[in-house]
Amino acid sequence: MADTISASGALDAVSVTLTVNGETRSIDIPPTVTLLDLLRERFHLTGAKKGCDQGQCGACTVMVDGRRVNSCLQLAVMKDGAEITTIEGLGTPDSLHPLQAAFVKHDAFQCGYCTPGQICSAAGMIAEGHATTAAEIRELMSGNLCRCGAYTNIVEAIEEVMGAERAPKLEAAE
Amino acid sequence: MMNFSYTRATSVGEAIQAVVQDPQARFIAGGTNLVDLMKYNVERPGRLVDITRLPLDRIEETPGGGLKIGALVPNSDLAYDERIERDYPLLSSAILAGASAQLRNAATTGGNLLQRTRCYYFYDVGTPCNKREPGSGCPARTGVNRIHAILGASDACIATHPSDMCVALAALGATVHVEGPDGERTIPFSDFHRLPGSEPEKDNTLSRGEIVTAVELPKPRFGKNHTYLKLRDRLSYAFALVSVAAAIELDGDVIGEARLALGGVAHKPWRDEAAEASLKGKLPSSSAFEEAGDIVLRNAKGHGHNDFKIELARRAIARALGQAAAGTPQVQANKSIN
Amino acid sequence: MSNVHPYVGRATPRVDGPLKVSGLATYAAEFFAEDMLYAAAVPATIAKGRIKRIDLSAAKGAPGVVEILTHENRPEIPEDDAPYLNDMVAVPGSPFRPLRNDKVLYSGQAIALVIADSHENARHAASLVTAEFEVETPTVDVADARSTAYEPPVPRDGIPPPPPPRGDAEATFKGSEIRLKHDYRVAPEHHNPMELQATTVVWEGGGALTIHNKTQGVINPKNYICSVFSLDPEKVRVVSPFVGGAFGMALRPHYDLFLAVLAAIKLERSVRLVLTRGQMWTMGWRPDTLQTVALSADADGKLTSVSHHAIQATSQFEDYQEPIVNWSGLIYDCPNVSLKYELAKLDVSTPSDMRAPGATTGVYALEAAMDELAYELKMDPLELRLKNYAEKDGNDDKPFSSKELRAAYEQGAKRFGWSERSPEPRSMKEGKELVGYGVATGCWEAMMQPHSARAALSADGRLEVACGTADIGTGTYTILAQIGADAFGLPIEEVTAKVGDTSLPMAPVEGGSWAAASAGNAVQLACAALKEELLKAARGLDDSPLANADVAHVTFADGKIALTSDPEKSVSYADALKAAGSERLEAKGDFAPDGEFAEKYASYTHSAVFAEVRVDEELGVVRVERIVSAVAAGKILNLATARSQILGGVVMGVGMALHEESVWDKSLGRIMNANLGEYHVPAHADIHDIDVIFVDEEDKANPMGVKGLGEIGIVGAAAAVANAVFHATGKRIRELPITIDKLL
Repeated sequence: MADTISASGALDAVSVTLTVNGETRSIDIPPTVTLLDLLRERFHLTGAKKGCDQGQCGACTVMVDGRRVNSCLQLAVMKDGAEITTIEGLGTPDSLHPLQAAFVKHDAFQCGYCTPGQICSAAGMIAEGHATTAAEIRELMSGNLCRCGAYTNIVEAIEEVMGAERAPKLEAAE
Repeated sequence: MMNFSYTRATSVGEAIQAVVQDPQARFIAGGTNLVDLMKYNVERPGRLVDITRLPLDRIEETPGGGLKIGALVPNSDLAYDERIERDYPLLSSAILAGASAQLRNAATTGGNLLQRTRCYYFYDVGTPCNKREPGSGCPARTGVNRIHAILGASDACIATHPSDMCVALAALGATVHVEGPDGERTIPFSDFHRLPGSEPEKDNTLSRGEIVTAVELPKPRFGKNHTYLKLRDRLSYAFALVSVAAAIELDGDVIGEARLALGGVAHKPWRDEAAEASLKGKLPSSSAFEEAGDIVLRNAKGHGHNDFKIELARRAIARALGQAAAGTPQVQANKSIN
Repeated sequence: MSNVHPYVGRATPRVDGPLKVSGLATYAAEFFAEDMLYAAAVPATIAKGRIKRIDLSAAKGAPGVVEILTHENRPEIPEDDAPYLNDMVAVPGSPFRPLRNDKVLYSGQAIALVIADSHENARHAASLVTAEFEVETPTVDVADARSTAYEPPVPRDGIPPPPPPRGDAEATFKGSEIRLKHDYRVAPEHHNPMELQATTVVWEGGGALTIHNKTQGVINPKNYICSVFSLDPEKVRVVSPFVGGAFGMALRPHYDLFLAVLAAIKLERSVRLVLTRGQMWTMGWRPDTLQTVALSADADGKLTSVSHHAIQATSQFEDYQEPIVNWSGLIYDCPNVSLKYELAKLDVSTPSDMRAPGATTGVYALEAAMDELAYELKMDPLELRLKNYAEKDGNDDKPFSSKELRAAYEQGAKRFGWSERSPEPRSMKEGKELVGYGVATGCWEAMMQPHSARAALSADGRLEVACGTADIGTGTYTILAQIGADAFGLPIEEVTAKVGDTSLPMAPVEGGSWAAASAGNAVQLACAALKEELLKAARGLDDSPLANADVAHVTFADGKIALTSDPEKSVSYADALKAAGSERLEAKGDFAPDGEFAEKYASYTHSAVFAEVRVDEELGVVRVERIVSAVAAGKILNLATARSQILGGVVMGVGMALHEESVWDKSLGRIMNANLGEYHVPAHADIHDIDVIFVDEEDKANPMGVKGLGEIGIVGAAAAVANAVFHATGKRIRELPITIDKLL
């Protein structure tokens, strides 16, 4: 059993090892540190955004062991040994991931704050393989709010990357 | 959020011991609700016992022809499991109606059962709440209660259970497997969650130190005539105002058996066996469906803002039973209600 | 690839796009400093009263705590209002200042600031702070304060009070056969940009501060901080290159800025304060407003009178004002108009500008009433609007600088298929759903502000255009780069746009849709000045081929200045720079709105919004199937970012029509749904097809002909949706949002 003591409220740090964007990183942190705060404040990977810190906006979406999750609700200590992919690991300005390039092309954002989460979520959704129609994309992307209202452009960008032709019949049947 | 200590359990027994030994300890798995509540200071555990490494992540077939779902199976894995999609499509649909893809990827089967209410006052430590602080009062009764209970509420609490998955589990007659300091036991789904009564702080019938290990589904039924219909304030990523799980087995032209459970209306997933019985032997028809709705809502009571939920539930029940009878379940990505 | 001139007017991809999509754009809470401290604000749990006692004992002993500031132990701050009024967006009244004294003015007000060595320790200690209050009964519903309503004694700077009545609206109304009078209400809303309000103060030593603050204009927090804390402006720099949405909420300095700077100065350390999502409900908001609109018309549908009265919520300490009723005097042609605007004080934080402040609310009511009138007259709602088309601004009796609203109606209607609308409510159906078509007009003032900019060409051939404005997602970086690229015939990749830094030339806050016109023209002027400088240098070369050329007769392209009539005669930018003896040549542009023009003309943007909804009447579920927004807003600088601005406004309008509502508990005075799970903004699933049309419109109010787009997209959008719901169902819901319960 891994254990820590909290007699005075002071916490022993726990050692956590994660593979972040392909790089193995070990750090001693208190168990209260969320994965999001670890990435942002300690690893200075600020691509994952804090929009609500409550799992209600999706801006903090990253991939943990290949699955998209809200990193704000994950305690880093519980993810010891996990592989994390953040937006920084998907692509860089000089070498954009196809989703990143499609988001630029379709102007699928304005302020850019929800964007890393939207892109990581879209990458996760595509990997999950349950969306084929625009309606399914919208439903399965609904965990990512965009207050700038770029939704239609985001769906277009994702569709382009999926190579999915809009299915006119399904669309009309909605 | 309060600081806390952390224990990673490597066996169910160890996890139980860790919680029994420390009165401030809580189990944690997906964390999608508990970590949120901790950030609001609603939950203030002194220790978290991490159970995510326990071997409770499988879906196994039971000798009786059903399925035993490990407590750590993520909601999304469950919803998209071939066997669930094929044999228990109502459950799959209900799961996909809830939360977001990211949350479903993290949230677990056991944790879904243990979700706490979305009552505004429960979440706001700056206000009284009998569920959070027994005896402090219930401002929701006379305050903002749009999302609150219309069935089975008490003077002490009008909160609702927020799960979608549990509504389907109630309708399907699942069984909850638990293990605790005194050994293992099973709890029929309808007895797992409780009504608030005078002890709204208790959401369910688990004892201290008991851990949900699995949820068992009986032999597949209702694979054809079913639906999960969820009504909410936006078209996705919102909790139910009212949701209905309906399932029918036709015996020739008439209803052989029906299942009917509601979400968003009570302190627990609200299954009504009297309403189900009323449908038995009847031809599927609006009048039969409406009668079933009347039975479900016979003791319904609003508190002001949520009065509309009684009528909404009545109409939703009729619509859902119609969808089930026609074999045209609501597809969650389709926002037009058939 | 993108070296195709002109860039201006085309759908040029955002120049900051690659940074944003790869997570490298840095927002206020994403700057780091050595030994930085983390702060957490502790909110009051009451809405009105007094702090009797704050118990810090448990929190002080918590791990990592460095300091806890309250009203009892904080450093001295100025008592009088003046220093706090150094805020370009201040409103009449006494500005709020955190930790001032023991009074609680609204729920969630910060009563203590915990500063610790980590985010986690600050959060933990904040949870241990407890307070006892003397509680007074709050008033938080504007309907409960109706009897205390008053006309604002001091008008807010830049917000015109309603014009005096023209004609006799009341008598005309009384004498009319065709008339209606209804009350409308829009639920209070909160901006909720995705980025949390945050400030990182970097203690640079020697009293110098670099501040990263979520703001719509770096100059405002700088001025405010220097004035409140008596700091030397030379030692304070505000740097905020990226802003994660704002919609008006980051116009004024908020308490995160005040508290983070207070702590940094006191501790002589770098400090970060990020507010929680819940705390995003403890500052500006779109105020709750009661509106009454009365219309009368003759049998042909010509308006004979318009009356519009609004009572708008404000705080106990400030008279926040926005133009709600004035629109009703200028959108339609009517001889008898009576407009009245009042405030009512509540125990709430001061409201603030939220996307198209005033117009969003007021035009909704007018456009809903117009729709009601159309049905009363059995007239096509679009025809009614055309019938009453205003050819001049009736409030100021001025012609419009341009107004292509008629084209917007026509092109929008055509694209939408308005002619397929069946006139009777409840007459269109598909499957189990009723189908409804709705239309509304949108309007927003085309404003400009004095604005400076800088353009600089360097020896490496790159152009830099810079000014202190903000890009809050609006596309400012991109349009400035486009303007610069066109001026010098450069590929846009060779242009750097800089904003969001107080070391750059002066710019006002970005808001009111004035940034594109103001910053754009300033950059244009700076580029023109730089061209003159460059040409001057080129002319000075020995045997210069451009010796006698003036700027009107040369072309700037392909890295050189060439005689337009004889392109063989040219001087490269590099040679011109060399001649100037400089690695970098710089010029400034100062733009000022043409006051004389503004005296003569009224300048507005307009839109025609068409919406189709599907309503499951039995279950009360509304879906917005599609929206067409046809916009007349002068010159469009970038079709992609401009379209996105309109899309965003429309989506927020859908939220206003169907989802958004901040709900107060009236006895506790607290907002109960202060989170994104229960305050619903539209999600992906709520938004289907949105089509944007920009109609051609030539405007002369500024050299570039730009009017601005930030607000116009939302104005009219909610009304179009609500009107479509009526057409579908025959139910007129006069209180937004139209939630399930209202349609059952």
